[in-house]
Amino acid sequence: MDLSSINWVLLLASLMVAATPILLAGIGELVVERAGVLNLGVEGMMITGAISGFAIAINTGSVTLGFIAAAAAGALLSLLFGFLTQYLLSNQVATGLALTLFGLGLSSLMGQGYVGIKGLSVPDIHLPILSDIPVLGPILFRHDAMVYVSILIVAGVWAFLKFTRGGLILRAVGESHDAAHALGYKVVRIRLMAIAFGGACAGLGGAYLSLVRVPQWTEGMTAGAGWIALALVVFASWKPWRVLIGAYLFGGLTVLQLNLQAAGMKIPVEYLAMSPYIITILVLVVMSSRGGRAALNAPAELGRSFHASS
Amino acid sequence: MIRLEKRPTPSRFWTWSTPVLAVLLTMIAGGLMFAALGKNPFIAIKTIFYDPILGEFAFYYRGQLLVKAGPLILIAVGLAMGFRAGIWNIGAEGQYIIGAICGAAVGLAFYPAESWIIFPLMIVAGALGGLLWAMIPAILKVRFKTNEILVSLLLVYVAEQLLAAMALGPLRNPEASGFPGSRNLQQYPSAANTEIIPGTGMHWGVAAALIAVVFAYVLLSRHLTGFHIRLAGQSPRAARFGGVNPTALVVFCMGVSGALAGMAGMFEVSGPAGQISIDFNSGYGFTAIIVAFLGRLHPIGILMAGLLMALTYIGGEAAQATMQIPAAAIQAFQGMLLFFLLGLDVLSNYRFRLPREGVA
Repeated sequence: MDLSSINWVLLLASLMVAATPILLAGIGELVVERAGVLNLGVEGMMITGAISGFAIAINTGSVTLGFIAAAAAGALLSLLFGFLTQYLLSNQVATGLALTLFGLGLSSLMGQGYVGIKGLSVPDIHLPILSDIPVLGPILFRHDAMVYVSILIVAGVWAFLKFTRGGLILRAVGESHDAAHALGYKVVRIRLMAIAFGGACAGLGGAYLSLVRVPQWTEGMTAGAGWIALALVVFASWKPWRVLIGAYLFGGLTVLQLNLQAAGMKIPVEYLAMSPYIITILVLVVMSSRGGRAALNAPAELGRSFHASS
Repeated sequence: MIRLEKRPTPSRFWTWSTPVLAVLLTMIAGGLMFAALGKNPFIAIKTIFYDPILGEFAFYYRGQLLVKAGPLILIAVGLAMGFRAGIWNIGAEGQYIIGAICGAAVGLAFYPAESWIIFPLMIVAGALGGLLWAMIPAILKVRFKTNEILVSLLLVYVAEQLLAAMALGPLRNPEASGFPGSRNLQQYPSAANTEIIPGTGMHWGVAAALIAVVFAYVLLSRHLTGFHIRLAGQSPRAARFGGVNPTALVVFCMGVSGALAGMAGMFEVSGPAGQISIDFNSGYGFTAIIVAFLGRLHPIGILMAGLLMALTYIGGEAAQATMQIPAAAIQAFQGMLLFFLLGLDVLSNYRFRLPREGVA
């Protein structure tokens, strides 16, 4: 193996691109979970977003429209989950799984005609002045617009949860839906909005894979990214900026792994390819074994159905 | 506005009629989906649900029914136990793969010796493989309180990579001149999972599935462990006061479901599939989750649900061949079924009430 053959600047530059899909899906799921809902359908919403975005972008020639369509598709699918769990009070774990299974089927059905088509090219935005800084320029400031949009979404979610009344209400609903209900807040409506936001973000994350990262449509192309996004929220202890840190760490590991494959490391490719999942598991173990503090951050009503008895 | 009122106990009537209703609604929604694809929905539904059993070529499809239902039932019976106790092993697909790898590895280690002991050893190896793979999330859960849903699911992707590594590396057929995939176990009599009654599709895995159904039924309805499982699911607090050991319960439920999934994988690799290949797994571990819920997490229900789900697989293949309905449509169809089922469950747990007049 020849480590010097790896271009470290390039590696760090592609880190942000590799991290963006799970960052988007993760920050969406964070809002959902802060509202007290556990949606395990992230994978299904991501892959549906991936094909919807790809199909619309190819047919209209506009990547922007593709992303908008992906967000809409993800939100629509998530509202199916919302309807079942919020109005029909179905089990959130099972319904989320159903969403994933359904999304995987639906996406490959929708993608029949799109296999093998080459995606559009998405231009990188060179931020003026900043992108000319040596080393840091190419790493941080020469990416496509979605990379920056995803960071803006994280900042927006952080500010919303921390500084706004709406954020306070959302957190209240997640911590104690009965108390929030008693205060006159519409628990179900608030949760549906959170679920739709989470779906839209997951859709964007999926579309980022099919439109920018790969850019192509293949069946099952999310390959567990949705589940990693779920793990990311646990890793982040339900805090927005930590989702960003986690996503970038994870993106770095993914890129490093791919680079090691390319550099001809002396172990079969398959073992390197399984490393992201194993690392995610290890991170989950570390986070959960710290007990107390990390677990205390979990919204108190996470995964519980709300049924107003009066 | 219609109000929901929680029933003191779930309605027995609705518990067993919602699956039927869900299947009917799925047929309608699926019909709409097929119509949207430009296919005649009535012919499509008939091709999927009627032709494989009673149609012209049913003699071919009937055997396939048991072949597909066997692994689904075997896996779902194990999963249902955990689901009842609120332990979510959703990585059965991974345990299935590891069971297949371990079972096949033991069989291939003996090649070309012939002995009656080889096949039983392979079954044990398959079960052990699945069990150990399921022990990873189980032990992490009891030791570190790590979420078993995420860990078991992530391990599916690890298992898939391991499968590819095995098919290309240690288990590759040395006589296949570089092609990926192991020797074909069907052509190795001592390791082949043959049909017990030729022509029916009734192989040893199907027999194991039936035995598992009986055992699970007895365990859940007659044994203390079964009582603990049901208690832990319905009221974790009461279970703790009642002396249920949660650690043992997690290990037991994960272990049983893992072992059964591993066995299912082993029976598949030595039977219908024949060899370890890169794309050996076909999603039985995930479909079994639908089977478990459709069967109301009850062994007898799972038996029927497994047969029904197998029918959608076979009917789906038939529809693919005769009507060019894509395989993905069947997958979406199965997902829809689970949605309807979960949604309709509101009927068994709640009553619909119109608001009384005059009360503010």
